[in-house]
Amino acid sequence: MDLMEKNLELLEVQKLEGHNDRVWNVAWNPVSSSPSPILASCSGDNTVRIWEQSSLSRSWTCKTVLEETHTRTVRSCSWSPSGKLLASASFDGTTGIWEDLGDEFECISTLEGHENEVKSVSWNASGSYLATCSRDKSVWIWEVLGGNEYDCASVLNGHTQDVKMVQWHPTMDVLFSCSYDNTIKVWWSEDDDGDYQCVQTLDESSNGHSSTVWAISFNATGDKMVTCSDDLTLKIWMADISMMHSGEGYAPWTHLCTLSGYHDRTIFSTHWSSDDIIASGAGDDAIRLFVDSKHDSVNGPSYNLLLKKEKAHEMDINSVQWSPSKENRLLASASDDGMVKIWQLETKS
Amino acid sequence: MTLGLINANPVVQAKKERLARTQDQHRDDHDDIRDPEHPYSLEQLSVLSEDSITLDDKLNRILITFTPTIQHCSMATIIGLCLRAKLKECLPLHYKVDIRVSPGSHADEDSVNKQLNDKERVVAALENPNLRQLVDECICSSEM
Repeated sequence: MDLMEKNLELLEVQKLEGHNDRVWNVAWNPVSSSPSPILASCSGDNTVRIWEQSSLSRSWTCKTVLEETHTRTVRSCSWSPSGKLLASASFDGTTGIWEDLGDEFECISTLEGHENEVKSVSWNASGSYLATCSRDKSVWIWEVLGGNEYDCASVLNGHTQDVKMVQWHPTMDVLFSCSYDNTIKVWWSEDDDGDYQCVQTLDESSNGHSSTVWAISFNATGDKMVTCSDDLTLKIWMADISMMHSGEGYAPWTHLCTLSGYHDRTIFSTHWSSDDIIASGAGDDAIRLFVDSKHDSVNGPSYNLLLKKEKAHEMDINSVQWSPSKENRLLASASDDGMVKIWQLETKS
Repeated sequence: MTLGLINANPVVQAKKERLARTQDQHRDDHDDIRDPEHPYSLEQLSVLSEDSITLDDKLNRILITFTPTIQHCSMATIIGLCLRAKLKECLPLHYKVDIRVSPGSHADEDSVNKQLNDKERVVAALENPNLRQLVDECICSSEM
Protein backbone atom coordinates (compact mmCIF):
# COMPACT_ATOMS: atom_id res chain seq x y z
CA MET A 1 0.00 0.00 0.00
CA ASP A 2 1.84 3.04 -1.22
CA LEU A 3 0.32 6.05 0.51
CA MET A 4 1.72 8.45 -2.04
CA GLU A 5 -0.36 6.83 -4.76
CA LYS A 6 -3.61 7.08 -2.87
CA ASN A 7 -5.42 10.37 -3.21
CA LEU A 8 -5.58 11.34 0.43
CA GLU A 9 -7.04 14.34 2.21
CA LEU A 10 -7.22 15.52 5.81
CA LEU A 11 -10.85 16.17 6.69
CA GLU A 12 -11.92 18.15 9.71
CA VAL A 13 -14.14 15.90 11.85
CA GLN A 14 -14.88 18.39 14.58
CA LYS A 15 -13.69 21.60 16.21
CA LEU A 16 -13.58 21.38 20.01
CA GLU A 17 -14.28 24.73 21.62
CA GLY A 18 -14.08 25.48 25.30
CA HIS A 19 -10.63 26.64 26.33
CA ASN A 20 -10.37 30.37 27.05
CA ASP A 21 -6.80 30.77 25.90
CA ARG A 22 -4.31 29.11 23.56
CA VAL A 23 -4.19 25.31 23.64
CA TRP A 24 -0.63 24.05 24.03
CA ASN A 25 -0.89 20.28 23.89
CA VAL A 26 -3.21 17.34 23.16
CA ALA A 27 -2.86 13.73 24.29
CA TRP A 28 -4.91 10.71 23.31
CA ASN A 29 -5.73 8.22 26.04
CA PRO A 30 -3.70 5.15 25.01
CA VAL A 31 -6.24 2.51 25.95
CA SER A 32 -9.56 4.04 25.05
CA SER A 33 -10.39 3.85 21.38
CA SER A 34 -13.47 3.03 19.40
CA PRO A 35 -16.20 3.45 20.18
CA SER A 36 -15.28 6.06 22.80
CA PRO A 37 -11.85 7.58 22.24
CA ILE A 38 -10.71 10.08 24.86
CA LEU A 39 -8.52 13.12 24.33
CA ALA A 40 -6.93 15.49 26.85
CA SER A 41 -5.96 19.08 26.04
CA CYS A 42 -4.22 21.72 28.15
CA SER A 43 -4.15 25.46 27.90
CA GLY A 44 -3.01 28.94 28.86
CA ASP A 45 -6.31 29.16 30.75
CA ASN A 46 -4.67 27.00 33.46
CA THR A 47 -6.94 24.02 32.85
CA VAL A 48 -6.92 20.58 31.30
CA ARG A 49 -10.01 19.46 29.39
CA ILE A 50 -11.03 15.86 28.79
CA TRP A 51 -12.97 15.27 25.58
CA GLU A 52 -14.88 12.13 24.71
CA GLN A 53 -16.57 10.97 21.54
CA SER A 54 -20.07 9.67 22.06
CA SER A 55 -20.56 6.18 20.63
CA LEU A 56 -24.13 7.08 19.70
CA SER A 57 -23.94 10.54 18.19
CA ARG A 58 -20.28 10.30 17.10
CA SER A 59 -19.79 13.85 18.27
CA TRP A 60 -17.17 15.04 20.73
CA THR A 61 -18.02 16.80 23.96
CA CYS A 62 -16.07 18.05 26.92
CA LYS A 63 -16.49 15.47 29.65
CA THR A 64 -14.56 17.23 32.43
CA VAL A 65 -12.48 20.30 33.13
CA LEU A 66 -9.52 19.83 35.48
CA GLU A 67 -9.27 23.21 37.13
CA GLU A 68 -8.45 25.05 40.36
CA THR A 69 -5.13 23.26 40.70
CA HIS A 70 -2.60 24.90 38.44
CA THR A 71 -2.17 28.62 38.93
CA ARG A 72 -0.54 29.25 35.57
CA THR A 73 -0.48 27.88 32.02
CA VAL A 74 -0.66 24.09 31.71
CA ARG A 75 1.92 23.45 29.03
CA SER A 76 1.64 19.72 28.41
CA CYS A 77 -0.22 16.62 29.52
CA SER A 78 0.45 12.94 29.24
CA TRP A 79 -1.53 9.77 30.01
CA SER A 80 0.04 6.85 31.87
CA PRO A 81 0.29 3.63 29.81
CA SER A 82 -2.66 2.18 31.76
CA GLY A 83 -4.77 5.17 30.74
CA LYS A 84 -5.91 5.66 34.33
CA LEU A 85 -3.64 8.58 35.24
CA LEU A 86 -2.96 11.91 33.57
CA ALA A 87 0.06 14.08 34.33
CA SER A 88 -0.07 17.84 33.72
CA ALA A 89 3.03 20.04 33.48
CA SER A 90 2.58 23.70 34.37
CA PHE A 91 4.35 27.05 34.26
CA ASP A 92 3.53 27.26 37.98
CA GLY A 93 6.49 24.90 38.50
CA THR A 94 4.45 21.84 39.47
CA THR A 95 3.33 18.64 37.76
CA GLY A 96 -0.15 17.43 38.64
CA ILE A 97 -1.10 13.75 38.71
CA TRP A 98 -4.80 13.11 38.15
CA GLU A 99 -6.72 9.89 38.54
CA ASP A 100 -9.75 9.03 36.41
CA LEU A 101 -12.44 8.06 38.89
CA GLY A 102 -15.10 7.55 36.24
CA ASP A 103 -17.33 10.57 36.44
CA GLU A 104 -14.58 12.91 37.58
CA PHE A 105 -10.81 13.30 37.93
CA GLU A 106 -9.06 13.83 41.22
CA CYS A 107 -5.65 15.42 41.65
CA ILE A 108 -3.93 12.72 43.70
CA SER A 109 -0.47 14.22 43.80
CA THR A 110 1.50 17.37 42.95
CA LEU A 111 5.17 17.00 42.06
CA GLU A 112 7.26 19.95 43.15
CA GLY A 113 10.94 20.63 42.74
CA HIS A 114 11.62 22.47 39.52
CA GLU A 115 12.76 26.06 40.04
CA ASN A 116 10.51 27.51 37.39
CA GLU A 117 8.16 26.57 34.51
CA VAL A 118 7.72 22.85 33.82
CA LYS A 119 7.48 22.35 30.07
CA SER A 120 6.83 18.66 29.49
CA VAL A 121 6.04 15.35 31.19
CA SER A 122 6.38 11.79 29.91
CA TRP A 123 5.67 8.29 31.31
CA ASN A 124 7.94 5.36 30.47
CA ALA A 125 6.50 2.30 28.71
CA SER A 126 5.76 0.38 31.91
CA GLY A 127 4.44 3.36 33.85
CA SER A 128 7.07 2.92 36.55
CA TYR A 129 8.80 6.24 35.84
CA LEU A 130 7.79 9.77 35.00
CA ALA A 131 10.10 12.41 33.55
CA THR A 132 9.68 16.19 33.62
CA CYS A 133 11.75 19.07 32.28
CA SER A 134 11.89 22.79 32.86
CA ARG A 135 13.28 26.21 32.00
CA ASP A 136 15.58 25.58 34.96
CA LYS A 137 17.60 23.46 32.44
CA SER A 138 17.11 20.21 34.31
CA VAL A 139 15.34 16.95 33.62
CA TRP A 140 13.84 15.12 36.60
CA ILE A 141 13.02 11.42 36.80
CA TRP A 142 10.33 10.43 39.27
CA GLU A 143 9.69 6.92 40.51
CA VAL A 144 6.07 5.82 40.70
CA LEU A 145 5.63 4.17 44.10
CA GLY A 146 2.41 2.68 45.40
CA GLY A 147 -0.27 4.61 47.20
CA ASN A 148 -0.14 7.76 45.08
CA GLU A 149 3.46 8.35 46.11
CA TYR A 150 6.04 9.77 43.75
CA ASP A 151 9.69 10.06 44.61
CA CYS A 152 12.32 12.10 42.84
CA ALA A 153 14.79 9.47 41.62
CA SER A 154 17.17 11.66 39.67
CA VAL A 155 17.90 15.27 38.73
CA LEU A 156 19.70 15.34 35.40
CA ASN A 157 21.79 18.36 34.53
CA GLY A 158 23.49 18.82 31.21
CA HIS A 159 21.38 21.06 29.04
CA THR A 160 22.64 24.62 29.05
CA GLN A 161 19.25 26.16 28.44
CA ASP A 162 15.48 25.73 28.81
CA VAL A 163 14.45 22.09 28.18
CA LYS A 164 11.37 21.99 25.95
CA MET A 165 10.32 18.35 25.92
CA VAL A 166 11.07 14.95 27.42
CA GLN A 167 10.07 11.68 25.83
CA TRP A 168 10.74 8.13 26.98
CA HIS A 169 11.66 5.58 24.33
CA PRO A 170 8.62 3.41 23.44
CA THR A 171 10.21 0.08 24.42
CA MET A 172 13.28 0.76 26.56
CA ASP A 173 13.94 2.85 29.65
CA VAL A 174 15.99 5.37 27.73
CA LEU A 175 15.02 9.02 28.12
CA PHE A 176 15.29 11.76 25.49
CA SER A 177 15.15 15.50 26.00
CA CYS A 178 15.34 18.46 23.62
CA SER A 179 16.16 22.04 24.34
CA TYR A 180 16.51 25.76 23.57
CA ASP A 181 20.25 24.93 23.54
CA ASN A 182 19.61 23.32 20.10
CA THR A 183 20.51 19.81 21.26
CA ILE A 184 18.84 16.48 21.95
CA LYS A 185 20.19 14.51 24.89
CA VAL A 186 19.89 10.80 25.56
CA TRP A 187 19.85 9.59 29.17
CA TRP A 188 20.39 5.96 30.17
CA SER A 189 21.07 3.94 33.27
CA GLU A 190 23.55 1.29 32.14
CA ASP A 191 23.35 -0.85 35.26
CA ASP A 192 19.62 -0.36 35.46
CA ASP A 193 20.14 0.91 38.99
CA GLY A 194 18.34 4.17 38.45
CA ASP A 195 21.56 6.10 37.98
CA TYR A 196 20.86 7.91 34.73
CA GLN A 197 23.65 9.62 32.80
CA CYS A 198 23.75 11.54 29.59
CA VAL A 199 25.09 8.99 27.12
CA GLN A 200 24.72 11.05 23.97
CA THR A 201 24.19 14.63 22.83
CA LEU A 202 22.94 15.26 19.30
CA ASP A 203 24.16 18.73 18.39
CA GLU A 204 25.12 20.53 15.21
CA SER A 205 28.28 18.45 14.88
CA SER A 206 26.16 15.30 14.71
CA ASN A 207 24.13 16.86 11.90
CA GLY A 208 21.70 18.18 14.46
CA HIS A 209 19.55 21.27 14.65
CA SER A 210 20.80 24.85 14.51
CA SER A 211 18.10 26.32 16.71
CA THR A 212 15.68 25.36 19.50
CA VAL A 213 14.44 21.78 19.25
CA TRP A 214 10.76 21.72 20.18
CA ALA A 215 9.70 18.06 19.99
CA ILE A 216 10.71 14.42 19.63
CA SER A 217 8.64 11.48 18.41
CA PHE A 218 9.45 7.80 17.88
CA ASN A 219 8.16 5.34 15.33
CA ALA A 220 6.29 2.29 16.65
CA THR A 221 9.31 -0.02 16.73
CA GLY A 222 11.50 2.61 18.34
CA ASP A 223 14.40 2.35 15.91
CA LYS A 224 13.73 5.76 14.39
CA MET A 225 12.81 9.16 15.74
CA VAL A 226 11.84 12.52 14.28
CA THR A 227 12.67 15.89 15.83
CA CYS A 228 11.42 19.35 14.87
CA SER A 229 12.94 22.75 15.38
CA ASP A 230 12.89 26.51 15.15
CA ASP A 231 15.51 25.99 12.41
CA LEU A 232 12.55 25.08 10.14
CA THR A 233 13.58 21.46 9.62
CA LEU A 234 12.49 18.01 10.67
CA LYS A 235 15.29 15.53 11.25
CA ILE A 236 15.05 11.76 11.18
CA TRP A 237 17.42 9.73 13.34
CA MET A 238 18.03 6.02 13.70
CA ALA A 239 19.68 3.56 16.07
CA ASP A 240 20.41 -0.16 16.16
CA ILE A 241 18.19 -0.86 19.11
CA SER A 242 18.36 -4.64 18.69
CA MET A 243 21.90 -4.20 19.96
CA MET A 244 20.54 -2.62 23.12
CA HIS A 245 17.82 -5.21 23.55
CA SER A 246 20.43 -7.96 23.48
CA GLY A 247 22.42 -6.23 26.17
CA GLU A 248 25.39 -5.28 24.03
CA GLY A 249 25.54 -1.79 25.44
CA TYR A 250 24.40 1.60 24.24
CA ALA A 251 23.52 1.95 20.55
CA PRO A 252 24.11 5.54 19.45
CA TRP A 253 21.66 7.53 17.38
CA THR A 254 22.77 8.80 14.00
CA HIS A 255 21.27 11.33 11.62
CA LEU A 256 19.37 9.70 8.76
CA CYS A 257 17.94 12.64 6.86
CA THR A 258 16.76 16.25 7.12
CA LEU A 259 13.46 17.53 5.73
CA SER A 260 14.14 21.14 4.81
CA GLY A 261 12.43 23.65 2.54
CA TYR A 262 8.94 22.61 3.61
CA HIS A 263 8.37 24.98 6.54
CA ASP A 264 8.94 28.72 6.80
CA ARG A 265 7.91 29.20 10.43
CA THR A 266 8.93 27.37 13.60
CA ILE A 267 7.81 23.75 13.76
CA PHE A 268 6.37 23.29 17.26
CA SER A 269 5.26 19.69 17.11
CA THR A 270 5.78 16.44 15.27
CA HIS A 271 4.31 12.97 15.74
CA TRP A 272 5.07 9.63 14.11
CA SER A 273 1.98 7.46 13.56
CA SER A 274 1.89 3.70 14.08
CA ASP A 275 1.55 3.27 10.31
CA ASP A 276 4.54 5.49 9.55
CA ILE A 277 3.07 8.87 8.69
CA ILE A 278 4.91 11.82 10.23
CA ALA A 279 2.75 14.84 11.05
CA SER A 280 4.06 18.32 11.77
CA GLY A 281 2.36 21.38 13.23
CA ALA A 282 3.94 24.76 12.64
CA GLY A 283 3.74 28.51 13.16
CA ASP A 284 2.26 29.04 9.72
CA ASP A 285 -1.04 27.49 10.84
CA ALA A 286 -0.53 24.43 8.64
CA ILE A 287 -0.38 20.68 9.25
CA ARG A 288 1.96 18.70 7.00
CA LEU A 289 2.20 14.93 6.58
CA PHE A 290 5.32 13.12 5.40
CA VAL A 291 5.97 9.51 4.40
CA ASP A 292 9.04 7.45 3.56
CA SER A 293 9.51 7.54 -0.18
CA LYS A 294 10.69 3.93 -0.12
CA HIS A 295 12.94 4.51 -3.08
CA ASP A 296 16.26 2.81 -2.77
CA SER A 297 18.85 5.49 -2.77
CA VAL A 298 22.57 5.61 -2.33
CA ASN A 299 22.07 8.37 0.19
CA GLY A 300 19.60 6.45 2.34
CA PRO A 301 15.88 6.86 2.88
CA SER A 302 14.11 10.03 1.94
CA TYR A 303 10.78 11.39 2.94
CA ASN A 304 8.15 13.01 0.77
CA LEU A 305 5.43 15.48 1.59
CA LEU A 306 2.18 13.51 1.48
CA LEU A 307 -0.05 16.53 1.97
CA LYS A 308 -0.17 20.05 3.40
CA LYS A 309 -3.28 21.33 5.13
CA GLU A 310 -3.04 25.11 4.97
CA LYS A 311 -4.99 27.23 7.45
CA ALA A 312 -5.72 24.13 9.51
CA HIS A 313 -6.13 26.66 12.34
CA GLU A 314 -6.38 30.48 12.50
CA MET A 315 -3.12 30.73 14.40
CA ASP A 316 0.05 28.78 15.24
CA ILE A 317 -0.32 25.04 15.74
CA ASN A 318 1.30 23.96 18.99
CA SER A 319 0.61 20.25 18.99
CA VAL A 320 -0.31 17.41 16.62
CA GLN A 321 -0.96 13.86 17.71
CA TRP A 322 -2.15 10.73 15.95
CA SER A 323 -4.77 8.63 17.68
CA PRO A 324 -3.56 5.19 18.83
CA SER A 325 -6.65 3.64 17.20
CA LYS A 326 -5.87 1.11 14.48
CA GLU A 327 -9.24 1.49 12.84
CA ASN A 328 -8.95 4.96 11.43
CA ARG A 329 -6.30 7.61 10.94
CA LEU A 330 -7.40 10.30 13.38
CA LEU A 331 -5.21 13.28 14.13
CA ALA A 332 -5.74 15.85 16.89
CA SER A 333 -4.30 19.37 16.72
CA ALA A 334 -4.09 22.26 19.19
CA SER A 335 -3.59 25.94 18.41
CA ASP A 336 -3.02 29.45 19.70
CA ASP A 337 -6.55 30.14 18.43
CA GLY A 338 -7.91 28.26 21.47
CA MET A 339 -9.24 25.37 19.43
CA VAL A 340 -8.62 21.66 19.39
CA LYS A 341 -9.48 19.98 16.10
CA ILE A 342 -10.00 16.34 15.20
CA TRP A 343 -9.03 15.34 11.66
CA GLN A 344 -9.41 12.16 9.66
CA LEU A 345 -7.02 11.13 6.91
CA GLU A 346 -9.11 9.61 4.14
CA THR A 347 -9.05 8.75 0.48
CA LYS A 348 -10.71 11.45 -1.59
CA SER A 349 -14.12 10.35 -2.76
CA MET B 1 15.35 31.63 11.79
CA THR B 2 14.09 33.02 8.50
CA LEU B 3 10.95 35.01 8.34
CA GLY B 4 8.87 34.26 5.33
CA LEU B 5 9.01 37.86 4.17
CA ILE B 6 9.97 36.82 0.71
CA ASN B 7 11.16 39.83 -1.26
CA ALA B 8 8.99 42.46 0.36
CA ASN B 9 9.42 44.84 -2.60
CA PRO B 10 6.78 43.41 -4.92
CA VAL B 11 4.35 43.39 -2.01
CA VAL B 12 5.22 46.97 -1.11
CA GLN B 13 5.01 48.10 -4.75
CA ALA B 14 1.56 46.70 -5.21
CA LYS B 15 0.16 47.84 -1.89
CA LYS B 16 2.26 50.89 -1.27
CA GLU B 17 -0.61 53.14 -0.27
CA ARG B 18 -2.21 50.65 2.07
CA LEU B 19 1.18 49.79 3.51
CA ALA B 20 1.98 53.42 4.20
CA ARG B 21 -1.33 53.89 5.95
CA THR B 22 -0.92 50.75 8.01
CA GLN B 23 2.63 51.70 8.92
CA ASP B 24 1.47 55.10 10.08
CA GLN B 25 -1.09 53.43 12.26
CA HIS B 26 1.48 51.10 13.77
CA ARG B 27 3.93 53.93 14.16
CA ASP B 28 1.32 55.79 16.15
CA ASP B 29 0.91 52.76 18.38
CA HIS B 30 4.62 52.82 19.11
CA ASP B 31 4.53 56.47 20.13
CA ASP B 32 2.84 55.30 23.29
CA ILE B 33 5.63 53.04 24.45
CA ARG B 34 7.79 54.56 27.10
CA ASP B 35 11.39 53.45 27.42
CA PRO B 36 11.67 51.62 30.73
CA GLU B 37 14.62 53.70 31.82
CA HIS B 38 13.79 57.15 30.49
CA PRO B 39 10.69 59.32 30.57
CA TYR B 40 10.74 59.61 26.78
CA SER B 41 9.03 57.39 24.24
CA LEU B 42 10.96 54.87 22.18
CA GLU B 43 10.42 57.00 19.10
CA GLN B 44 11.78 60.11 20.76
CA LEU B 45 14.91 58.15 21.64
CA SER B 46 15.23 56.89 18.07
CA VAL B 47 14.95 53.32 19.31
CA LEU B 48 12.16 52.85 16.83
CA SER B 49 11.31 54.59 13.61
CA GLU B 50 9.01 54.17 10.67
CA ASP B 51 11.78 52.34 8.82
CA SER B 52 11.91 49.67 11.45
CA ILE B 53 8.58 48.16 10.54
CA THR B 54 8.23 45.73 7.67
CA LEU B 55 4.78 44.49 6.95
CA ASP B 56 3.79 41.62 4.72
CA ASP B 57 0.11 42.20 4.24
CA LYS B 58 -0.48 39.06 2.25
CA LEU B 59 1.01 36.67 4.77
CA ASN B 60 -0.08 38.76 7.78
CA ARG B 61 3.44 38.99 9.08
CA ILE B 62 5.20 41.94 10.62
CA LEU B 63 8.87 42.41 11.42
CA ILE B 64 9.87 45.08 13.91
CA THR B 65 13.49 45.99 14.35
CA PHE B 66 14.51 48.29 17.13
CA THR B 67 17.79 49.90 18.11
CA PRO B 68 18.64 49.90 21.81
CA THR B 69 20.30 53.11 22.94
CA ILE B 70 23.58 51.40 23.86
CA GLN B 71 25.35 48.20 22.78
CA HIS B 72 25.05 46.48 26.14
CA CYS B 73 21.57 47.63 26.89
CA SER B 74 20.26 45.34 29.60
CA MET B 75 16.71 46.48 28.90
CA ALA B 76 16.68 45.16 25.33
CA THR B 77 14.55 42.15 26.21
CA ILE B 78 12.18 44.30 28.25
CA ILE B 79 11.78 46.73 25.35
CA GLY B 80 11.07 43.75 23.09
CA LEU B 81 8.47 42.42 25.53
CA CYS B 82 6.81 45.84 25.68
CA LEU B 83 6.64 45.93 21.90
CA ARG B 84 5.00 42.50 21.85
CA ALA B 85 2.52 43.38 24.57
CA LYS B 86 1.55 46.63 22.85
CA LEU B 87 1.24 45.02 19.43
CA LYS B 88 -0.95 42.29 20.85
CA GLU B 89 -3.41 45.02 21.85
CA CYS B 90 -3.32 46.73 18.47
CA LEU B 91 -2.96 44.06 15.81
CA PRO B 92 -5.44 41.40 14.72
CA LEU B 93 -4.75 38.24 16.70
CA HIS B 94 -3.65 36.13 13.77
CA TYR B 95 -0.73 38.40 12.82
CA LYS B 96 2.69 36.84 13.12
CA VAL B 97 5.08 39.24 14.81
CA ASP B 98 8.85 38.93 14.71
CA ILE B 99 10.97 41.33 16.73
CA ARG B 100 14.69 41.86 16.39
CA VAL B 101 17.32 44.32 17.43
CA SER B 102 18.66 46.05 14.35
CA PRO B 103 21.77 44.26 13.10
CA GLY B 104 24.95 45.35 14.82
CA SER B 105 23.17 47.37 17.47
CA HIS B 106 23.57 45.03 20.42
CA ALA B 107 26.41 42.94 21.82
CA ASP B 108 24.18 39.90 22.44
CA GLU B 109 22.11 40.35 19.30
CA ASP B 110 21.52 36.64 18.60
CA SER B 111 20.69 35.82 22.19
CA VAL B 112 18.25 38.73 22.54
CA ASN B 113 16.59 37.92 19.21
CA LYS B 114 16.20 34.26 20.15
CA GLN B 115 14.52 35.11 23.46
CA LEU B 116 12.21 37.67 21.95
CA ASN B 117 11.01 35.24 19.28
CA ASP B 118 10.51 32.18 21.46
CA LYS B 119 6.76 32.30 21.90
CA GLU B 120 6.75 30.06 24.96
CA ARG B 121 9.39 32.16 26.73
CA VAL B 122 7.49 35.37 25.94
CA VAL B 123 4.23 33.92 27.32
CA ALA B 124 5.95 32.69 30.47
CA ALA B 125 7.69 36.05 30.98
CA LEU B 126 4.44 37.97 30.64
CA GLU B 127 2.84 35.62 33.19
CA ASN B 128 5.44 36.75 35.71
CA PRO B 129 3.66 39.40 37.79
CA ASN B 130 6.72 41.61 38.31
CA LEU B 131 7.64 41.66 34.63
CA ARG B 132 4.01 42.12 33.65
CA GLN B 133 3.73 45.15 35.91
CA LEU B 134 6.84 46.75 34.44
CA VAL B 135 5.61 46.12 30.90
CA ASP B 136 2.16 47.51 31.69
CA GLU B 137 3.69 50.66 33.14
CA CYS B 138 5.72 51.21 29.99
CA ILE B 139 2.87 50.72 27.56
CA CYS B 140 0.18 52.53 29.48
CA SER B 141 2.14 55.60 30.49
CA SER B 142 0.82 57.94 27.81
CA GLU B 143 -2.76 56.97 28.56
CA MET B 144 -2.53 57.96 32.20
